[in-house]
Amino acid sequence: MRSENVLEMHGVCKSFPGVRALHDVGFALRKGEIHALMGENGAGKSTLIKVMTGVYEKDAGRVEVDGKPVHFRSPQEAQETGIGTVYQEISLCPNLTVAENMFIGRGRYAIVRWKRMNAKAARLLDSLDIPVRPTQQLSSCSLAVQQMIAIARAIDMDCKILILDEPTSSLDEDEVKKLFALMRELKSRGVGIVFVTHFLDQVYEISDRITVLRNGELIGEYEAASLSQFELVSKMMGKALGDVAKIKRREPLASDAEAPVFEGKALSSDAGIRPFDFAIRKGEVNGFIGLLGSGRSESVRAIFAADKVKGGEVRMNGERVRIRAPLHAMKQGIGYLPEDRKGDGIIAELSVRDNIILALQVMEGFLRPISRKRAEAFAEEYVRSLNIKTPSTDTPIKSLSGGNQQKVILARWLLTHPDYLILDEPTRGIDVGTKVEIQKLVLKLAEDGVSVTFISSEIEEMLRTCSRLIVMKDRQIVGELSGTNLTQSDVMHVIARGEA
Amino acid sequence: MRSLNAGKPKDAISNSNLLFLIAAVIFVLMYGFAILRYPGSFLQFQTFFDLFSLNAPLIIITLGISIVMIGGGIDISVGAVTGLVTMCCAVLLESGTGSVWSAVLLALGIGVAFGLLQGYLISYLEIQPFIITLAGMFLANGLLTTIHKDPLNVTLPAFVSLRDFELVIPWLGTKNRLGNFIPLEIKPGAVIAAALIVILVVVMKWSRFGRNLYAVGGNSQSALMLGINVRRTKFYSYALCGLLSGIAGFVYIMTTGAGNVGNAAGFEMKAIAAAIIGGTMLTGGVGNLFGSPVGALTLLTINELIRAAGVNSNYQAIVSGFLLYVFIVLQSVVVWLRGRGDFRLALPSWLLPGRRTAEDRG
Repeated sequence: MRSENVLEMHGVCKSFPGVRALHDVGFALRKGEIHALMGENGAGKSTLIKVMTGVYEKDAGRVEVDGKPVHFRSPQEAQETGIGTVYQEISLCPNLTVAENMFIGRGRYAIVRWKRMNAKAARLLDSLDIPVRPTQQLSSCSLAVQQMIAIARAIDMDCKILILDEPTSSLDEDEVKKLFALMRELKSRGVGIVFVTHFLDQVYEISDRITVLRNGELIGEYEAASLSQFELVSKMMGKALGDVAKIKRREPLASDAEAPVFEGKALSSDAGIRPFDFAIRKGEVNGFIGLLGSGRSESVRAIFAADKVKGGEVRMNGERVRIRAPLHAMKQGIGYLPEDRKGDGIIAELSVRDNIILALQVMEGFLRPISRKRAEAFAEEYVRSLNIKTPSTDTPIKSLSGGNQQKVILARWLLTHPDYLILDEPTRGIDVGTKVEIQKLVLKLAEDGVSVTFISSEIEEMLRTCSRLIVMKDRQIVGELSGTNLTQSDVMHVIARGEA
Repeated sequence: MRSLNAGKPKDAISNSNLLFLIAAVIFVLMYGFAILRYPGSFLQFQTFFDLFSLNAPLIIITLGISIVMIGGGIDISVGAVTGLVTMCCAVLLESGTGSVWSAVLLALGIGVAFGLLQGYLISYLEIQPFIITLAGMFLANGLLTTIHKDPLNVTLPAFVSLRDFELVIPWLGTKNRLGNFIPLEIKPGAVIAAALIVILVVVMKWSRFGRNLYAVGGNSQSALMLGINVRRTKFYSYALCGLLSGIAGFVYIMTTGAGNVGNAAGFEMKAIAAAIIGGTMLTGGVGNLFGSPVGALTLLTINELIRAAGVNSNYQAIVSGFLLYVFIVLQSVVVWLRGRGDFRLALPSWLLPGRRTAEDRG
C-alpha cells in the first residue's frame, strides 16, 4: 500500500524581505488524524499554513496532496484540491448572510440561486447542530457560531484536509467541547486535520501527533502520547533538557516590607485576559513569562491602559489613581515600550531627536513646545549615554538599525524619568551586543530606584535580569517564581504543569 | 428540517436594507412636506417625473459610484468623464461624419476606457482609488477643454429629433390652471435610468459578481480567503462604473442637446453625496442600489424646495452639506448599535489614519 498521507510537504522554504520565515520544513498529515502544529511566535506556523492554503507561494520545496504534487497560486486552487481552512481571524464576510458565507466563492454559476442555497445551508447547519438560520446576517452571530459556520463551509467542500488555525482562541469551554466533538466526527470520516493552538492542554486532549517548528525550522514530529508537556515546552522554546545550567542573577534589592510603587487589583482589559493582581516595588525588576498567547503582553498593556481597561483598582505609591488611557499612565510616571516596535513605537519619518522628545512633549502638553535647543541637548545626552549609533540627531529613525531604534525609544521613556518602566520584548530582533547593553541598562535603572517589568521570549534573559517571574498560561497567572537559584527547567515545569 | 428553519424566518434586517429604508422614509417625508408646502407644483406628477428626467445622468452616475463604493472603493472621475463624453459626442455629431449610433458607441467607449484603465491601476497595481480617479478627473477635464472650448449645439436632425422626443403617457396627467388636461411627458433618459436601476439591482442581488462585490467590500481579506478573485471583482466594478459614466454622458447630451465645458461639473461630489444619503456606506459592503435614485432624488428635492422658497441658492449647498454630515453620523451610529463594537466613524481606510498591521509570521 502507498503511504496513507493525504498531505506531504518537503523542504518548503519561504522568505519575506529581510526575514526567513520557513527554511527546509517538512510536514506530513495522515488520513483521519488530528495533527497539532506547535511553535512559538515567529516559528513559522502561520506561514506554513498559508503556504498549504495557497495564500503564499512557496519559494522552494514540494507539496503533495494524495501523492500528487501540487502548486497553489491562490486560495481558490487549494480549495479546489480539497483543502479547507478556518483561520484564526474569522475569514468570513460580516455583511453577508450565513448561507452566502458558506457558499460564496465556490459556485460555478454566474447566478446566485438563493432558495437552493438557503435550503442547502439549512440542511448542513442542521446536521452539524449549529443554531442559526441561513438567512441571518453573519454579523448577528456570536464568534463561536461564526467559527462553526466557517467549519461547516469547509466540510461542505468535501475537504480531505481541514486546517484549523487557532480555532479555540475566542471560544468558551462549552464551545470548545462542541468543536472537539465535531473534529472527532470529521476524523472518523477520514479527514486529516491540522490543528494550531497555543493551549497546551487542548493539544493533548485531541491530537494524535505533534509537529514542532522553531525559528522557521522543523524541530520534529512526535506522537502526542509519547511526548510530555515538559518536553514539548522545551522543544518549542529551544532549550534542551540538560541545558539547565545555573545563571547568575542579581539579588533582589527591594525588601518585601517596602510599599509597592504600582499595585493593581483585578486588572482586566478587553484583550481577553483573566483579571489579575499585580504589584511591583521600588527598584524591583520583575517579568511576565509564558508562551506566546499566554497573555504576557496583554497583561502589561492592561497596566498601561494600552487596551481598553475593563475594570480593576490601581494604586501608585499607595494612592488610588485612575488609569483609563495611556496618557493617564504616563502622568503617573509609567513608561511603556511596546512589543511591536515598527507599528507602535517609532515614527519612522521623524528624526532621532524628535522621536526622543516625543513622550516628554506629550507630557508637557503641546502648548508648551520644547525648544530646539533643549531638544538637541536631550537628544545628544541620550545618544551619548545609551551609545546610539546614528550619523546625527537629525537622521530619520527609519535609517537606524533595529537595536539603535530600540535604544531611541528607550531614551524617549527615560527622558520622562518614569518611576515604573514596562519593557515588552525590548530585545527582540536586535543584535546580541545591543541586547546585553539593554539588559545592563535595565539593571542600572533598577539600582537607581526605577521599577521595571521586563518581558522577553528568551528565558535566560529573563532569569538574568528579573528577581521575580510571574508565570502565565492560557491568559491567566498560574504561578510566581522568585529566589536566587531559578533555572530554566523550573520555569518550564511551571508552564507545563500550570502551577508553581 | 427543524422548525426554526421552517416557514418565513424573522431575520433582523440587514444593514443595507435598513439604511435604504431610512433613506426611503426620509425621502417620502421630505416629498410629503414639499407637497403640503407647495401643492401647486409638487402635487403634479410632471414635477416628480421632471425631477427624474432632467437628472437622469446624475442618477446613473450615482448607480455607478454606489457600485464602486459597495466594493469598498471610490471613483471621483465620474463627473469629468461624463462631461468629456458629452463634448466628444457633440463634436462627433457636429463634424458631419458621425451618426447617432456612432455617438452612442463613442460615449460607451470613452466611459469603458476610463473604467478599464482606472480599474486596472487600482485593482492590479493596488494604488489608492482616490489618487487614481483624481488623476482621471484631471485627465478627463483637460481633454474636455482641449477638444472644444465653447458651447457646441448639436444640429444633426436625427439627433435633434431624439433630443425632443418625449414619451407621452395620456392616462397619467394633470389639469393645468386653465383646466386643460396635460398628459405626462417623460424623457427617454428617465426610461434608460429606470431600466438601469432595475438591471443593476438584479445584478447586485442575483449575480455572482454582485455578491462577490459585497463580500470584497465587507472584508476583502476574508473574501480572498473564501476563494473570491478580489482583484478581478474590483476591476469589474470600476469598469462598470466607467460604462455607466459613458451612458450618463450620452443621456446628458440627449437631454440638453449641447456639449459644454461645464457639463456635469461637480457631479462626482453630488453623486457621492447621493449614494451616501441613499444608504451606501463609504466603508464598503453595505448599500442597496434602490437607494441610489432615492438619495439623488432626496438631494434634488431639497434643492427644489429651497428654490421654491425663494431663498438664496447658496443654501442648497449648505443644506446638502449638513444632510451629508447627518447621514454619515447616522450610518456610523446604526452600524455601531448593531455591531456591538466600539463606536467609530464609518469611513473607509483611505480616509482614516490607518493603523499598520504587522506582517504576521508567527
